[in-house]
Amino acid sequence: MTKKRNPISTESEWTFDHIQEYDHEIGRIAESFQLDTYPNQIEIISAEQMLDAYSSVGMPVGYNHWTYGKHFVATEQKYKRGHMGLAYEIVINSDPCIAYLMEENTMTMQALVIAHACYGHNSFFKGNYLFKTWTDASSIIDYLVFAKNYITHCEERYGIDEVENLLDSCHALMNYGVDRYKRPYPISAAEEKQRQQEREEYLQKQVNELWHTIPKLIDKDEPEQEIRYPNEPQENILYFIEKNAPLLDSWQREIVRIVRKIAQYFYPQRQTQVMNEGWATFWHYTLLNQLYDEGLVNDGFMMEFLQSHTSVVYQPPFDSPYYSGINPYALGFNMMRDIRRICEHPTAEDKEWFPDIAGSDWVKTLHFAMENFKDESFVQQFLSPTIIREFKLFSILDDDTKKDLEVTAIHDDHGYRVVREMLSQQYNLSMNEPNIQVYNVDIRGDRSLTLRHIQHNRRPLEKDSTLDVLKHLRNLWKFDVHLESHQQDELTETYHCSEEKTELDTPANDK
Amino acid sequence: MSYIVDRRLNGKNKSTVNRQRFLRRYKKNIKKAVEDAVTKRSITDIDSGEKVSIPKKDLSEPAFHHDKGGIRDMVHPGNKEFTTGDQIARPEGGAGSGSGEGQASDSGEGMDEFVFQISQDEFLEFLFDGLELPNLIKRQLRGIESFKYVRAGIVNDGTPAKLNIVRSMRQATSRRIALTAPSRRKIKNFQKEVDQIETQDPSMRDESRLLYLIEEIQKLKARIKKIPFIDDFDLRYNHHVKKPIPTSKAVMFCIMDVSGSMNQAMKDMGKRFFILLYMFLKRNYDKIEVVFIRHHTSAKEVDEEEFFYSRETGGTIVSSALKLMNEIMQERYPTSEWNIYGAQASDGDNWNDDSPACTKLLVDEILPYCQYFSYIEITPRRHQALWREYESIMESCDFFSMQQISDPSDIYPVFRELFQKKPA
Repeated sequence: MTKKRNPISTESEWTFDHIQEYDHEIGRIAESFQLDTYPNQIEIISAEQMLDAYSSVGMPVGYNHWTYGKHFVATEQKYKRGHMGLAYEIVINSDPCIAYLMEENTMTMQALVIAHACYGHNSFFKGNYLFKTWTDASSIIDYLVFAKNYITHCEERYGIDEVENLLDSCHALMNYGVDRYKRPYPISAAEEKQRQQEREEYLQKQVNELWHTIPKLIDKDEPEQEIRYPNEPQENILYFIEKNAPLLDSWQREIVRIVRKIAQYFYPQRQTQVMNEGWATFWHYTLLNQLYDEGLVNDGFMMEFLQSHTSVVYQPPFDSPYYSGINPYALGFNMMRDIRRICEHPTAEDKEWFPDIAGSDWVKTLHFAMENFKDESFVQQFLSPTIIREFKLFSILDDDTKKDLEVTAIHDDHGYRVVREMLSQQYNLSMNEPNIQVYNVDIRGDRSLTLRHIQHNRRPLEKDSTLDVLKHLRNLWKFDVHLESHQQDELTETYHCSEEKTELDTPANDK
Repeated sequence: MSYIVDRRLNGKNKSTVNRQRFLRRYKKNIKKAVEDAVTKRSITDIDSGEKVSIPKKDLSEPAFHHDKGGIRDMVHPGNKEFTTGDQIARPEGGAGSGSGEGQASDSGEGMDEFVFQISQDEFLEFLFDGLELPNLIKRQLRGIESFKYVRAGIVNDGTPAKLNIVRSMRQATSRRIALTAPSRRKIKNFQKEVDQIETQDPSMRDESRLLYLIEEIQKLKARIKKIPFIDDFDLRYNHHVKKPIPTSKAVMFCIMDVSGSMNQAMKDMGKRFFILLYMFLKRNYDKIEVVFIRHHTSAKEVDEEEFFYSRETGGTIVSSALKLMNEIMQERYPTSEWNIYGAQASDGDNWNDDSPACTKLLVDEILPYCQYFSYIEITPRRHQALWREYESIMESCDFFSMQQISDPSDIYPVFRELFQKKPA
């Protein structure tokens, strides 16, 4: 391209005018690629403020709790000693979409970050089905403000210790405070109604049949039928606590709800790491290259950008000292780019593997992929043999009954499908987290709560932390808590937590 | 459309509360670290922050997660030589990494210590937590000799220098509004009538009425003008009252025995004790001075350097130091202005005839003017002559105390013992 260069900026120092201009140009190009975004709110912050943002796990407003203090102390420590750099940006799934830019960044980095966060992540938040169904970008900031004020209010009324203790218990179960399968009602529209129902429900609970203490006459002749409560096992433990724990006060229920809501808000992010980062990286790469093609940035800019970009998408091999799992930026970026390649220049192999998308309009196809998948299904659907070869992926079977590890598949014709299946499962959160559900409450007896753990591939629970979590669960439930670990319908371990002690029974101990 | 906001000027200490919550929760660990630090640290850098380490296990937030074992499939990148079906020896230290990224570290397994820094202020906060200056209240009640003026609202009388212009003008404005209200209301009514008449056809006008009205309006306006813009009784003055303030200056007398029997290690212990005391007083008083007195057979006021590091030999006459302290007190530190603290360190050796003289000096001349006087005996051996002598004072006087230090690690506990908050 012989077009005359007319760069927006030539110096590495950024200015507000330049940021505005870059944003304008990047926005224009993004629109031409049909990126649909929330309005952007770009906030320039200092390194100290970035540290603050870090420790509140990216929530712009967070309630006070020691664990955030711990994060803060840890990051501050690491940062001050130079053990880590700070991220260039943090972006929040809200409407308008808030992106933090660090003042230390150079002009190039600011432009990169704007493309990455304000147009990449932003359009992902707005378009992906998980975010659409599970989060409400327009109300999250308000909700966080509400949560912070509510918890402060509770601290004033009931004491810091009391609230802290409750939050500790809720945090221990935070990963079990999300609905995985159930679709939620549209949050903001029905919110008011929901609130009101809840209040009614609470009043109702005062006379709830469930906790009737007058025993019913049981016909002795009739074979005693085992009634379980809840009828179906419940995956959302915190929800179950909020609605059913017998002795919680209404403010405690509200706090359980707050933790649950926040967990739910972050749940889509945990499920779409590869896609989200891959999408944002793909777009910053594409958008900035387009800027270059249009002559709006110079070679120096591109050199700096590419240097940073390549280090972000580097995938160290498994035997490298820097290896810590698959780099979601690398995998995501390469898969996104691969989809474009399959659309634009399909090979015979691509045509066989992806008959639907080979040769189609790449912008449309890529948007379709972004909107309708999560990491697990995205890998399952779009991981091509090309990528498997590029990454030289191989799968390993680790069976503790065998002496050695076994290589079950590599990047060859027999292996592609296996590797793809395995990698997809690796991103299945419900496989990585133990499958634990509320199974039964002894409503006629000692009100004890029983959880059931279904082992997958014989993988056991980590004992110490399980006992600790049960202590927290007991703290919420206020009656004894049991956890049964099942392996193919066979009970292998039972954890008990009562006021006096927590312990683990294995069948061997029982005998 | 994008908005670009500069947030750099917003507060950057959003995490302060969370940090405090964290410190609050681990108070016990931090306190222990601080106490250890005091006994181990070199003497001169007590005035800085401290590293605190907490076992990671105590900090962990538990969550359900998998243990090792069972069957796991993992996908890794960067295959070089493996083909399907290869058997690989299990790597040392568990079943490899991969699918459960970061799990192990999140769960707090592993016995690493979580190390972090607390600031100097926080360090001292923990160091002196639960300690108080004895006799502080008594002095505040007894010696009210200095005052400061504090604002106490607005009054009607005062000197011109204290005139409160805003309040005076407000008063004047409201007075004018109040006094002119009836006239202005009348003017308004008349004016309305005038306007009405003027819209009528000239031939229909009641000219006499019009004239009368205009005249009335003129009169009323003149009356309004006569009301003074500002009057004597509009004036308001700032009011101040005299408030007694407790003396916030303190002087600390450090008295140390430098006779031949005190070796460098003993003096070091003395110094640490004095530094602790100094830091502690500094947190309680705005201004603090230190007087160093050292003695063997005769006493001398010296500077810090000489106090701690120069060596002397000879016998010991403790009363010489007390005498000097008394003189300096009377000369430079009147009790009306100064809170006086005394700290004496000695190995307890004294000229036999001198001990009763010391007691007499202390009881008659020094203790009545002192806030607190502490004596530490630095000796690994049994109590010496001076201790037995002082024991009699101990019984009769509340704000005299003594302790024995035989080892550097004793210093901080002894210090705490001396200044422990006592139930009222």
